[in-house]
Amino acid sequence: MKTKQFFLYILPLLMVATSCRDDELVVPTEYEIVGDETTEGTVRGFYLVNEGNMGSNKCTLDYYDYHTGLYSRNFYAEKNPNVIKELGDVGNDIGIYGSKLYVVVNCSHKVEVLDARTGVRVGQVDIPNCRYVRFHRGKAYVSSYVGPVLIDANAPKGAVYEVDTLSLKVTRKVSVGYQPEEMEVVDDYMYVANSGGYRAPNYDNTVSVIQMVDFKQVRQIPVGINLHRLKKDRYNKLWVTSRGDYQSRPSRLYVMQKKPGYNEMIVTDTIPVACSNMAFYGDYMYYYATQWNNYTASNTITYGVIDVRTKEIVSDNFITDGTEKEITIPYGIAVNPDTGDILVTDAKNYVSSGTLYCFTPDGRKKWSVRTGDIPAHITFLTK
Amino acid sequence: MKYFSLLLTSITLLTSEVSASEPADTLSAHQLGEVVVTARNLNEDIIPAQVLSGEELHRLNSNSVADALRYFSGVQVKDYGGVGGIKTVNIRSMGTNHTGVVYDGVELGNAQNGQIDLGQFSLDNIEALSLYNGQKSEILQPAKDFGSAGTIYMRTRTPVFGEGERYHARATIRTGSFDLLNPSALIELKLSRRVSASLSAEWVNSSGKYKFRYRRVNPAGELAYDTTAVRQNGDINATRIELNTHGSLDNGSWTFKVYNYNSERGVPGAIVNNVWRRGERIWDTNSFAQGRYTGFFGRFTTLNNIKYAFYRTHYVNNDDKQVKIDNLYRQKEIYFSSANEYEITARWRISASYDFMWNTLDADVYGFVKPDRFSQYLSVATALNLDRFKIQASALGTFIHDRIKGQEAPSDKHVFTPAVFMNGYPLRNKDFSIRVFYKQSFRMPTFNDLYYADMGNSKLSPERVTQYNLGLLYDHHSAVSVISAARVSADVYYNRVKDKIVAYPKGQQFRWTMLNLGLVDIRGIDITGLLTLNPWKDLYLTVRGQYTFQRAIDITNPADNYYRHQIPYIPRHSGAAVVNAQWRGWGLNYSWIYVGERYNQQENIRYNYTQPWYTSDVSLSKDFQLGSVSLRGLLEVNNLLSQDYDVILNYPMPKRNYRVTLTVEI
Repeated sequence: MKTKQFFLYILPLLMVATSCRDDELVVPTEYEIVGDETTEGTVRGFYLVNEGNMGSNKCTLDYYDYHTGLYSRNFYAEKNPNVIKELGDVGNDIGIYGSKLYVVVNCSHKVEVLDARTGVRVGQVDIPNCRYVRFHRGKAYVSSYVGPVLIDANAPKGAVYEVDTLSLKVTRKVSVGYQPEEMEVVDDYMYVANSGGYRAPNYDNTVSVIQMVDFKQVRQIPVGINLHRLKKDRYNKLWVTSRGDYQSRPSRLYVMQKKPGYNEMIVTDTIPVACSNMAFYGDYMYYYATQWNNYTASNTITYGVIDVRTKEIVSDNFITDGTEKEITIPYGIAVNPDTGDILVTDAKNYVSSGTLYCFTPDGRKKWSVRTGDIPAHITFLTK
Repeated sequence: MKYFSLLLTSITLLTSEVSASEPADTLSAHQLGEVVVTARNLNEDIIPAQVLSGEELHRLNSNSVADALRYFSGVQVKDYGGVGGIKTVNIRSMGTNHTGVVYDGVELGNAQNGQIDLGQFSLDNIEALSLYNGQKSEILQPAKDFGSAGTIYMRTRTPVFGEGERYHARATIRTGSFDLLNPSALIELKLSRRVSASLSAEWVNSSGKYKFRYRRVNPAGELAYDTTAVRQNGDINATRIELNTHGSLDNGSWTFKVYNYNSERGVPGAIVNNVWRRGERIWDTNSFAQGRYTGFFGRFTTLNNIKYAFYRTHYVNNDDKQVKIDNLYRQKEIYFSSANEYEITARWRISASYDFMWNTLDADVYGFVKPDRFSQYLSVATALNLDRFKIQASALGTFIHDRIKGQEAPSDKHVFTPAVFMNGYPLRNKDFSIRVFYKQSFRMPTFNDLYYADMGNSKLSPERVTQYNLGLLYDHHSAVSVISAARVSADVYYNRVKDKIVAYPKGQQFRWTMLNLGLVDIRGIDITGLLTLNPWKDLYLTVRGQYTFQRAIDITNPADNYYRHQIPYIPRHSGAAVVNAQWRGWGLNYSWIYVGERYNQQENIRYNYTQPWYTSDVSLSKDFQLGSVSLRGLLEVNNLLSQDYDVILNYPMPKRNYRVTLTVEI
């Protein structure tokens, strides 16, 4: 019968085609030779956290070592094979304090604490909807969209949690504005950028000021809507970004400084540029901005350098060799404190591997390497 | 494992096109026969559909329509797990939005996201499920039916009364794993010589709790972690009520249906590190009323449909750790269709259909533009039947006009899509046939694509698909031999999806917009087979199976690092096999489903690799007759080997589970 013949031919074909299920292996690390080796200076390497798309549980950690010139992609699971469901969902920040590396994993509602030299897990601190981490006098401070008490169920205020870096326990928390993001400590006061992102279009527009002694919010300074970045330069000036409302009000960059003779920060300058993220090197601030243009249905991306002393834009592109055309969505920036090399990440379409670019201080591409999904936050490991 | 694979793959092979007809003997005596729909329009489809119907459909271990569709070739089901989990289907990798779903002759719509959750449709009252690639190759049908790239037809049971019968009644209760309680009832009444009515009602209640397991080993084979947890927040409480009336006229027939589905569900969500429970809930109310009139007047036939639908979705996120969401979405739909056919000669027919549809979506979301849409469809078609050669050609014109509140509406869309279907019998007998089709189709951007807060892009164009198909069918029936029926079909196809609507990033975290960016090249093979044996007296064996090969690659941009990679969640190889034995009221059914390795994101790298999965389901049934009352007991064991698998990344599926069904019918 014809059918039988047909089966005879197809059967071996199908056997080859179908494969069986194997044991699920621990996610392996991948290594790549980048070759930018140096043993000079204070920097040993850097960690990069890839956020991973929401729900994918693909927050991953990469490490670049300047001594070996080797890039290790996704090393967490191999170093910590016993952690159930690996590092977690949506990384949002990374920082090193003392001997420990802190990774803020937003949708896993935790701060993962690793040994900064080995990448081996030390513990975790559960903080709901955590966003950014900063350090001050033996304590880690973590901003969180969820405040300690839900006063208004529909618009809960955010909080900053204080974590002891030895015991890894939450010691204090303070309620701040709506959906706080980055923060910085200047002269025993902490400044927190509030976004109000859950309340669109009624965004928050304030920077919260926390007195560190008693960990109380003492005031809120109006700055601009939907605040995000808040970083201090070497002169203790604060650089604050507003995301705008994505519609009519564009992203902006603000400078805050202490009023001469007072201990009070005020907004001294509004720099008329859009700014998504920034990094400092000496007296210079490197920044980029991604703005969506509804009319052309495309992103307008700008890269620039500002002299923090004069607050003037000294360059409107720190990439000089045309590499910026390869970058779809710049998503993270850092400057090597030794060499002044500029690291920029490209998050591409958010759901595929990104790229990390390294540029020389004069803006030429030095190298690039494939990363995890949404490469975003970088911290340097010193010797 | 390899020997097992060998055994199962050989079964897969003996597959065939799913046919509606089975040897009558295998059906139990009291089973209601299939309904032949009215007199004259006996023109067969040019290209037969894959069909699962009657007893065979109900013997498969399926909770819902989506589960049963896994036995069709070319179909991939996205299953988020559990009784209440969302289940959508994708035909030949073209995308869920290109799949039409027709319920008793009228297409189900969802203007909001364009996807039908087939998990909501119970098999309880379904008499037949058919899958058509391209379109139903029949010319008397609503214009909209010429539109989708592939269509699933669900048909509910129509009452048929024997001599002297005035009513039928059936009551069923199902229970089992997941704390399932699922009673249903059906009453059919003969109201007069020409009018009958049926009422079907069902209630599903389940905690949705099931154990799942994640296990990892390191390359040396040592255990890294092994954890078993209980799926939370997957509960469902749903009711379905359906009232049908059927009437026959001197020159035709009519039906009228009222349908209501109500559910409250937990959304179990992704299992990620440190998160084992979420707080999202959805309430759905889907109601519609639809009527149909068919009339025969000499050489002229008319088929008219009318429908009003109301869908309400209430979505709440109660998770303390996340943003609170409490949104209400309301959709309305009005639909009218008139299809008309004229028989020029006995071999040549022509038709013209006109459909009108109005959709609206309202939501209590900030800045929502409350869109509504007027869609008009006009089709012309012709069919020629030269005994050994049949051809059908159709053309559909679609005209879309949107309105939005407070803003300028996007420009009107006009799309023209032709299709040609052919079938020929090259050999002397009609056992062997060759079929070919070419079809263009498109999907409109949904209201979400166009207008969803901050993400929608009102400049979107329709997403287009072109399909080419070449297939062979061998279909042999014999009343005398041990092999009473054998069918094998094989189709190769080439599809191209152009202007595919994809999410494009907008700078800040997880901000996207929709763009007509994608280009997908799809090549595939569908193989189906069916073998019916009567090896010994009262013993009947039916073996059926399907195998699907799909190479669906993204060819949008050579600069992408996923250029020419297989698109997410489309396995290269998948298949299913069913073996059924019937002996004197006993029935034993074994079914096996295989979905090969695939990637959960666009890039085909090891970090996105998803393992193959295969499940074995077994059921045993027994029919009893107590006077005029017939009883049936059914015991099912699903995922017999208790495989731990995810269909969608981080959405674990249940381990081994059970179900018991008891049916009483008079």
